[in-house]
Amino acid sequence: MKELMLGNAAVARGLYEAGVRFVSSYPGTPSTEITEEVAKYEEIYAEWAPNEKVALEAAMGAAIGGGRAFCGMKHVGLNVAADPLFVAGYTGVSAGLVIGVADDPGMHSSQNEQDSRHYAIGAKLPMVEPANGAECVAYVKAAYELSERFDTPFILRMTTRASHSRSVVELGDRVEKEICEYVKDPGKHVMMPANAKKRHVVVEEHLAALREFAETTDLNTIEDNGTQVGIISAGNAYNYAREAFGKNASYLKLGLVNPLPEKKICEFAAKYETVYVIEELDPVIEDFCKAHGLNVIGKDVLPLCGEYSDELLKKLLLGEEADNTMLGDDIPGRPPVLCPGCPHRGVFYTLNKLKLRVSGDIGCYTLGAVAPLNAIDSVYCMGASISSLHGTLQARGEGDKYVAVIGDSTFMHSGMTGLVNAVYNNSPLTTLILDNSITGMTGHQENPLTGNTLKGQPAKNLSLEAICIALGVDAAHVRAVDPGDLSALEAVIREEVAADCPSVVICRRPCALLKSVKKNPPVKIDPDKCKGCRACMKIGCPCISFADKKAKIDASMCVGCGLCPQMCKFDAIEG
Amino acid sequence: MIKNIMIVGVGGQGSLLASKILGKAAMDAGYDVKVSEVHGMSQRGGSVVTYVRYGDEAVYSPVIGAGEADVILSFELLESARWLPCLKIGGTVVTSLQEINPMPVIVGAAEYPGELVEKMQALAVDIRAYDVQSIARESGNERASNVALMGLAADVLGFEEDVLRAAVASCVPAKALEVNMKAYDAARAMIG
Repeated sequence: MKELMLGNAAVARGLYEAGVRFVSSYPGTPSTEITEEVAKYEEIYAEWAPNEKVALEAAMGAAIGGGRAFCGMKHVGLNVAADPLFVAGYTGVSAGLVIGVADDPGMHSSQNEQDSRHYAIGAKLPMVEPANGAECVAYVKAAYELSERFDTPFILRMTTRASHSRSVVELGDRVEKEICEYVKDPGKHVMMPANAKKRHVVVEEHLAALREFAETTDLNTIEDNGTQVGIISAGNAYNYAREAFGKNASYLKLGLVNPLPEKKICEFAAKYETVYVIEELDPVIEDFCKAHGLNVIGKDVLPLCGEYSDELLKKLLLGEEADNTMLGDDIPGRPPVLCPGCPHRGVFYTLNKLKLRVSGDIGCYTLGAVAPLNAIDSVYCMGASISSLHGTLQARGEGDKYVAVIGDSTFMHSGMTGLVNAVYNNSPLTTLILDNSITGMTGHQENPLTGNTLKGQPAKNLSLEAICIALGVDAAHVRAVDPGDLSALEAVIREEVAADCPSVVICRRPCALLKSVKKNPPVKIDPDKCKGCRACMKIGCPCISFADKKAKIDASMCVGCGLCPQMCKFDAIEG
Repeated sequence: MIKNIMIVGVGGQGSLLASKILGKAAMDAGYDVKVSEVHGMSQRGGSVVTYVRYGDEAVYSPVIGAGEADVILSFELLESARWLPCLKIGGTVVTSLQEINPMPVIVGAAEYPGELVEKMQALAVDIRAYDVQSIARESGNERASNVALMGLAADVLGFEEDVLRAAVASCVPAKALEVNMKAYDAARAMIG
């Protein structure tokens, strides 16, 4: 049977067909749907872990424990999981282990553009990179066989376009794998220096064997079209190359991107007058070629930054540009905004009003940084809102001028340790936990605070208040407030920012996009009462605009959240 | 021959469903097909573009560049203008007349350009603009606008009539099926 499948769903299908038993992941665009899709297969245990380090350690435990296991994350998640990653090659596997990581060239939904192939090289782990849905299934299945054959975890590298494009996939059957027999093997599984020294040697032996394997595996394919131009490429970048050059070039498509096949690459390059290396982000394959004395063309012509396309390759390598039509007018941009009814809107309006500096974090609420709210001063990485603000306050004081803002899922991911540090080292910092009762930005995933598991089972519903008190915040300074009530919100923030001790304000209101959240009828403007003062515009709601000097509500978008009526001194907005 | 279709609009307008329908139609018609979607941050009320490429030869790239689109389906007028440079010379734009102000317009930093349809016509663009929301509303629900747009573009998407209609029927959630089919048929009837 054939199906038009999202790349991430095809990865999940590969996990199913490969007989995988255990999946633990943390959501992150563009990787999230792998785990959401895999959870639909009854045969597979699948869970959301609080962060990627926990997820990978769980998956390692499952694989060494004898069941095929998988762990999925976005590129920056691999930074969080790097600690277990760098030991995973040493301990090897009993049943196969695959670590899926999705890079985001073009940064559609990320804070940086890092290239995960460096991790494969650094952690000395083999890596495969599929270019379409059919390859997602095939490469995942191959990776499990090879993981067990070479006794090493494999990394599956995806990119946004591989993860989020649909293509035709032929479905196969699941092959069940029995749990391996338990063997106590401290020399392999207890990584203290005496054992690790011996295991490092084994890791190098495995890599050497994989280098040999790379020369002959059909994961690396050649299409010789008898041309003068040869192209070395991998993953979705190959799709752009194949589209742009068609039969006018020959191709070495690398499915196994670490380790690279030296002989195969050198022999291929020797056959063509001009050899291009086409890879998005960093020149990993290109540097390998140049280190082996090959005269290839890559990043001297092609960009290091951003996403590629066949259009870009045609322009830069073939000098071809298609004719097109353009309007002379300036087309106003349309940046993403907080949704109508978003519970975060009132928080950022209030922080603006109080002229507080805001240490932000990763999630939907990062959009508090864009106009007209402009309410965030810094955003680095998951959990950094609290930990970095602690540093700022220790360096310059002014504890009453700052707050940290972090989402509920992000707080569970890596905010708690930052709060412990603030308590332990006595920073008078105020943390606002924006609890919208779901992991929002990645499309509504359950987390330890939602009371449900990924599989839809009831789970222990952890209490943010109890956690913060247990971490040492004085119970009198752990306050919960409805961010839809602007005056209550402002009063609580004022009090806690003024307090000379660590404090937490839990701004609790569910995400407006949740099906369980009731939508109210749209609000209405009474044009006789509207004085055109534009106070309602300060909340940056996309439903409110101005026409003929009066406020106007877009009724098709408004969900009647009740925020804008609180902004109007003249009672012109009727909710 | 490969056919390139772009679906453009504002995050939340239903472009994912539209691309699923076209992808399904292409696969059922026996073509190779790639659909490229947008998830994550830019979905939140931002400008969203989805690519559908299908043909009787292997489709490699999942995206469409400048001057390459045969058809642009647009849920919002300004978005059709924004993505116009992707249209092939001789291609067709099928757009909703719905206007959604982007934040720079809302805060007064920019103006929503006027007479966009006329301006595109003046550049000899084959643009077909409809009050898609009204068609959907009259069929029972404004949220069926995305499916109505499929019906309005049925003649330029390159599928047999029954293939496209069956793809709509199989992709729309069961509880919204009746309204969506009504919207599709009403829209389809409008273009004769």
